[in-house]
Amino acid sequence: MTARTVLQAADITRALTRISHEILESNRGGSDLVILGIPTRGVELARRIAKILDGIEPGSGTVGSLDVTMYRDDLAGQPTRAPSPTQVPAGGIDGKTVVLVDDVLYSGRTIRAALDALGDHGRPKVVRLAVLVDRGHRELPIRADFVGKNLPTALDERIRVRLSETDGAEFVVIES
Amino acid sequence: MRHLLSTRELDRATAVGILDVAEDMADVADREIKKLPTLRGKTVVNLFFEDSTRTRTSFEVAAKRLSSDLVNFSAKGSSLSKGESLKDTAQTLAAMGADAVVIRHASSGAAQVLAQSNWIDAAIINAGDGTHEHPTQALLDAFTMRRRIHGRASRGHDLDGLRVTIVGDILHSRVARSNVWLLQALGASVHLVAPATLLPSELANWPVTVGYDLDEAIRQSPDAIMMLRIQAERMSAAYFPNAREYGRQWGLDDERLARLGPDTMVMHPGPMNRGLEISAGAADSSRSTVLEQVANGVSIRMAVLYLLLASETVA
Repeated sequence: MTARTVLQAADITRALTRISHEILESNRGGSDLVILGIPTRGVELARRIAKILDGIEPGSGTVGSLDVTMYRDDLAGQPTRAPSPTQVPAGGIDGKTVVLVDDVLYSGRTIRAALDALGDHGRPKVVRLAVLVDRGHRELPIRADFVGKNLPTALDERIRVRLSETDGAEFVVIES
Repeated sequence: MRHLLSTRELDRATAVGILDVAEDMADVADREIKKLPTLRGKTVVNLFFEDSTRTRTSFEVAAKRLSSDLVNFSAKGSSLSKGESLKDTAQTLAAMGADAVVIRHASSGAAQVLAQSNWIDAAIINAGDGTHEHPTQALLDAFTMRRRIHGRASRGHDLDGLRVTIVGDILHSRVARSNVWLLQALGASVHLVAPATLLPSELANWPVTVGYDLDEAIRQSPDAIMMLRIQAERMSAAYFPNAREYGRQWGLDDERLARLGPDTMVMHPGPMNRGLEISAGAADSSRSTVLEQVANGVSIRMAVLYLLLASETVA
């Protein structure tokens, strides 16, 4: 097995900073923004994006988490998954611009589940998707609005994302 | 986990895991749409050979919140009252495609029989079997205690060091048995208080301390005191002189309530005999967890249904 580092800590920070600016640009400012991370690493990425947003436009970094376990379409075929907490910010998501955040976009099935989960919490005005890495191989008509890095991969390769808060180290590698 | 038959088979990690999933299920009750699509297409059967309102309803709400189909099958008004055997009933349910059977039965071990038989392939959940066990009740009690102590930050915690006193008809109580095993697994210590006639003979092997005097137990200021229901049919069976005598010696009245610590949880699995084992003042006080226990029951049963039914692979 070979592992190739494709993003280092500084690259991840730069990508998140750019994504944050793009979010503000497309939303024409920081009003009515809700950043929702998908567990586990999406939650940490969402927190970082919210922090950067707050630095640019104070008060714009409303952040939460959205667990999609109960909405997955592959529950039957896998060992039982333990769900993670969902935390929707106090103001709710009705009429807001919701930005879903995940670490890797692959088949698109997690995002499909997230869209279903979101619908049970309210009705956002707009839903956008931000991912740190887009590795291709979509199985559903879903695309990301904000991408940290596009990484064309082979199906048998694995993308491993590590973040200092959850893993004690920070990098993205491709393993094959 | 394939079935849930008793709390004796649960180790600490598994028990905490169930309570943690229940935390996530509890959040569903606060949302705009109180429903998850997780168990769509699964069929849950409530097979109740004994009367029950809250346990049956609680499982019903839990199954429906997870989008499964639910069939209520109770002894009254079914072929069970015509003398159909458990085997034939089970095979009938299997033929209808039940994925889970929630069973309550007057005989200890009925759930176990169903789980070990080849009559039916479904997941079996024990909802009370004779004087044996009632595991989801113990899980919801532990969940309630954990939430009272840790609030929203309950995830991951066990009940290490918690001192729980259980009072009443231990001899016939499946709730007490399930609680003893689960509380031990979670690190709590259990003290039992009852008239000597209502204590089981196998007590020597239980991980508990035993007393006969409720006032003495209250002086030890436990973290939680759980009052068990005195069933009407026991009152005439000479386990104690009469109901008033029982209430005076082993009932939690207002005067005893006043002597409990300000944070002592007053628990009762319901249905309550107000004025007998628990006074109205105690049942309705801010220390009482009775209504929390009912609400938490739905979350626990959702968690159990999810853990038993969501995955079709054998882990």
